[in-house]
Amino acid sequence: MVDVTPHGADLIPPAEVGEMDLYHPHSWWTKYVFSQDAKVIAIQYSGTAMAIGLVALVLSWLMRLQLGFPGTFDFITPEAYYQFMTMHGMIMVIYLLTALFLGGFGNYLIPLMVGARDMVFPYVNMLSYWIYLLAVLVLVSSFFAPGGPTGAGWTLYPPQAITSGTPGGQDWGIILMLVSLILFIIGFTMGGLNYVVTVLQARTRGMTLMRMPLTVWGIFTATVMALLAFPALFVACVMMLFDRIIGSSFFMPAIVEMGEQSPHNGGSPIMFQHLFWFFGHPEVYIVALPAFGIVSDLISTHARKNIFGYRMMVWAIVGIGALSFVVWAHHMYVSGMHPYFGFFFATTTLIIAVPTAIKVYNWVLTLWRGDIHLTLPMLFALAFIVTFVNGGLTGLFLGNVVVDVPLSDTMFVVAHFHMVMGVAPIMVVFGAIYHWYPKITGRMLNEAMGRFHFWVTFVGAYLIFFPMHYVGLVGVPRRYPELGDTAFIPPSVHTLNEFITIAALTVGFAQMVFLFNLFWSLRNGKDAGDNPWRATSLEWQTAGTPPPHGNFGKELPVVYRWAYDYSVPGAPEDFIPQNDPRPMTQGGPA
Amino acid sequence: MSVILVFLALITAIAGWWLSRQRLMSKPWLEAGPVTAFPETEAPIVHPAKLGLGVFLAVVGALFALMISAYFMRMVYADWQPAPVPGLLWLNTAMLVLASVALQCAVVAAHKGQADNLRLALLAGALTSTVFLGGQLLAWRDLAAQGYFATENPAVSFFYLITAMHGLHIIGGMVALGRTNVRALRGESAARLVLSTELCAMYWHVLLVVWLVLFAVLMGWAADFIDICRRLLS
Repeated sequence: MVDVTPHGADLIPPAEVGEMDLYHPHSWWTKYVFSQDAKVIAIQYSGTAMAIGLVALVLSWLMRLQLGFPGTFDFITPEAYYQFMTMHGMIMVIYLLTALFLGGFGNYLIPLMVGARDMVFPYVNMLSYWIYLLAVLVLVSSFFAPGGPTGAGWTLYPPQAITSGTPGGQDWGIILMLVSLILFIIGFTMGGLNYVVTVLQARTRGMTLMRMPLTVWGIFTATVMALLAFPALFVACVMMLFDRIIGSSFFMPAIVEMGEQSPHNGGSPIMFQHLFWFFGHPEVYIVALPAFGIVSDLISTHARKNIFGYRMMVWAIVGIGALSFVVWAHHMYVSGMHPYFGFFFATTTLIIAVPTAIKVYNWVLTLWRGDIHLTLPMLFALAFIVTFVNGGLTGLFLGNVVVDVPLSDTMFVVAHFHMVMGVAPIMVVFGAIYHWYPKITGRMLNEAMGRFHFWVTFVGAYLIFFPMHYVGLVGVPRRYPELGDTAFIPPSVHTLNEFITIAALTVGFAQMVFLFNLFWSLRNGKDAGDNPWRATSLEWQTAGTPPPHGNFGKELPVVYRWAYDYSVPGAPEDFIPQNDPRPMTQGGPA
Repeated sequence: MSVILVFLALITAIAGWWLSRQRLMSKPWLEAGPVTAFPETEAPIVHPAKLGLGVFLAVVGALFALMISAYFMRMVYADWQPAPVPGLLWLNTAMLVLASVALQCAVVAAHKGQADNLRLALLAGALTSTVFLGGQLLAWRDLAAQGYFATENPAVSFFYLITAMHGLHIIGGMVALGRTNVRALRGESAARLVLSTELCAMYWHVLLVVWLVLFAVLMGWAADFIDICRRLLS
């Protein structure tokens, strides 16, 4: 034992209720609707995110139907296709993944895992959700606005985003999108302050930073990044709103539109790209870091083995977070830049692979000779590792300027980012839901439906996105609603497109099974008990399941060890909870 | 984008300094025990609200750093014409400085428990800030009267955008300052107002620094300064 203070547990002041001012709900409305309890807010966030995510899923079906069977569906015009594409991308990246990982898992897990009774600013936390909901409603309203939602592509590049040729460009679509994003950022900032300050200040006794589960490290670092990256999107949105509404020329160059000189003059579209990707690249890791953290915990728990290289994992998370702010221009190789800049950004992009690879090695080494239980969370965690490695490798290709330039506008890029940023994090979301659903509801999710969901999703995702790489390598451009008769595209691409579409519809169907399972198990699931996975971290040691208001009953837990004491030699059980005072460590009895 | 990178480097340095004191080299798998040799989790050193405001101000800083980045990025274009800056801004700047000074006096008064001085200082802070906001509006009218609207010249567009953003942040702060004022006027004891007063003062100081930087940028001094630095380097 190293660095442990000599005094015993009895010297620690008791953590009675009331040391932190808890807001207590008095009515049904304040308990379930305008709740200030982070657990309720988490469920509200997750429910809203999944509901809007369902819309994005349906949009992806419509796009795939058009690509697989062009011309079959009359209502999918090229304009509609672009609108579907834009909304699908924006919803999935921001309103689903960001909101679910930080607003959903962040709210639920941070207070429970660090041993706090709630977030430090519960009222601000509640506001955060309601502003998020407002942002979602504004976004949805654009579907019903005259001209429909914006079809500018999820990157909203000017000048086309606000010109008349783009769906929603001169109508309400782009305005509602920008307003919705601004609202989302305001709401997120409120939540983000909570997550950061709670991790910094509300940890229970003994919970040093280096005893925090990696889930908390991942969410914490991602939140810090998001707080610093989202302002870039905010500035870009405000400036574009100025351009669109007042007619200023921040981003709009002088253009001739429909034979007429537009009122704009001298703006710089490249400036928007810099601002957008200064947010956009960190955003990838804002989604990925919580996934990294969660997957580390899932693997350790379900392989009954301590995480390999905990310190290295923490440093890697922090390192990736810092590095991700200096790689943004690799999204702009095709916009043209000084060769030295391209060289710089290619180098930083490849350097990020180092901490990321460290994490992958550590996951694999955690599994090595572990007592692997192929439970649903473990299956999804394994699927994540495989998918993330696949998507990450193509990322190494695309990080190089010479490879990126010819591939950038092909389906190869679509396949790459769906693998690394779509499928991989979603696998973690599912794994996490199967893992923590028993704590949230007190019941297990149905195993048979879960296994069906896993295999169809996992195999199906590969059937969708693996062929898409080849489609891209052949040269099929992305963003085209219809290929038509193009000489260099062989007929096999059309067959492949039909195949991908059928696979996509099937995977989408499996998600309906998952959603059904969520509701069905609420009532019919097996009773879970307090700690069904025999896990060590604090959320499994609460006063009841689901955890009551205030989380831990009369006294806050005191933490005596890190979160990964699984299969400790000589211990009576194969896990030792974090609040277990027995002096037993991985190094043997201390 | 160099401005935001410099800002982030600053944030990274602070975060790195803080992390370096968090025993990141410890081996938690060997260290089971009641508490490690680490007082930090026993009791928060800073009040959570102050830390929260600090984090928020870092976000605000990033926001304005990004705007200045965009300003500089646009400035190097050949067609750039600097905007005429109304002389009124000097007066407004003085008002904001006074507001900051007043709130600092309020903090001192609150700590000493002088309720009367506290009330006076808080009121002075609110008044000077209101005058600042009014002055900014007048400066806008001044520009508009000269025939400069947000659409003509990109520098003027930036002027409106940047002053509007800064003004909105002051207005947001006025909500908190207004509430503190109301509580002070209702006769709440100075001791109970210490935290709110300190938070207001902290916010105003940072927004003053932000404004001074923005003012330097809008006046063109920042560009001159960078030019000199560049010449010294090359």
